[in-house]
Amino acid sequence: MDVGLLYSRIRRDEKLLLEELRDRDHTVQKVDVRRQQFDIERPPTALADVDIVLDRCLATSRSVYLTRLCEAYGLPVINSAQTAMVCADKLRTSVALTEAGVPTPRTSVAFSVDSALETIESFGYPCVLKPVMGSWGRLMAKIDSRDAAEAILEHKAVLGHYEHKVFYLQEYIDKPDRDLRVVVTDGEPIAAMARSGDHWITNAAVGAETTPYTMSETVADLAAAASAAVGGGLLGVDLMETPAGPIVHEVNHTVEFKALDETVDTDVPAAVVDWIEARAVEAAA
Amino acid sequence: MNMGMVETTTATDPVTGEEIEIPADVEIGEIVDSPASGAELEVVAVDPVVLEEAPELEEDWGE
Repeated sequence: MDVGLLYSRIRRDEKLLLEELRDRDHTVQKVDVRRQQFDIERPPTALADVDIVLDRCLATSRSVYLTRLCEAYGLPVINSAQTAMVCADKLRTSVALTEAGVPTPRTSVAFSVDSALETIESFGYPCVLKPVMGSWGRLMAKIDSRDAAEAILEHKAVLGHYEHKVFYLQEYIDKPDRDLRVVVTDGEPIAAMARSGDHWITNAAVGAETTPYTMSETVADLAAAASAAVGGGLLGVDLMETPAGPIVHEVNHTVEFKALDETVDTDVPAAVVDWIEARAVEAAA
Repeated sequence: MNMGMVETTTATDPVTGEEIEIPADVEIGEIVDSPASGAELEVVAVDPVVLEEAPELEEDWGE
C-alpha cells in the first residue's frame, strides 16, 4: 500500500512506524506539514494517490485541521477528524466519556477567574486545573489552597491566549503512584503499561517509570468504551485506579508508543501496522 | 559520544560549526541531540546530512 505520513517531527514513534511499513514493502509519502500548502478541495500531489493517510502531527492544531482536510479530499485518514477534534480538547473528551457512561473524574468548566474560583472552592482542596488543550502534562496545576488558586488563576488570566480563559477544573484523584496507559486500535487493546513516579503527574513524558501491565477485563472494557466514545482509531487511553475501580482521564489521538514498545514484549509498531493494513483494505473495498 | 554498534555519519552542528557524529540512518524531520552544543538539531536533508536548530517547543505540541 501507499501511505501518506503527515508530520512535522519524526519522533522515535514515527521512525518505528516507518521502519515497519518499509520492511513490509509499503511505500511512504512523508509530508512535512510546515512546508506543504493545503488546498481545501484538492490534496497535495504527494497525497494524491495514497491508500491511507497517517496523521502524526506533533501540533494538535495542525492535526485537527489536516484530518478534516483529508476527509474533504476523500482520503481515509488515521485518526478521523471527529476523533482528533474530540481528543484534542479535554472538555470535549470529558463530555464524550460521560455521555458514553465511561467513568471519568468529576469535571467543571468556568470562563472567568471569579467563577473558576467558586468552582475550585466547591471541589475543595486539592483539585486540578488543566489547559483545555495540551499534552505531556504541561501547565497542569494541583491546587492545594485558596492562595494557590488565586495566584494560578491570575497567571492564567494574563497568559494571553483565549484558551487559558477556559478554566477546566477537575476533582483530584488520590491514585496510587501510577496510572495506566492502554494503546488500542478501534477499541482492541495492543498492550498496556503502568507509569509510576513520585510526582502527582505520572506521565512517561515527565520521566515516569514504565512497567508492563496485564489488563483486567474491566480495564480492557473501559479502554474499548473510551475509544468508542471519542470515535475510535489508534489511541492511547489513560486510566487511574481508584478504590471504586478504574476511571479514564485522557484519550490521546496521536499516541506515542515508543515507551510501551520498550516496556512490553508485544511488537507494538507491528501490531499498529497490521491494523493500518486492515483499515486500508476496508477503505478500498 | 559512544554510538555503540550504530553506524554513524558526520554533519555540521549549525550552532558551533563543529563536525558531529550522528546515526547514519537518520530521517528528514528527525531530531538529534548535538554532542557538541547540546542543542536539539533537526535533520533537514540527507546525503549529505544537513542540520538546523530544531524549533522550540510550542504550546499545542503533544500526543
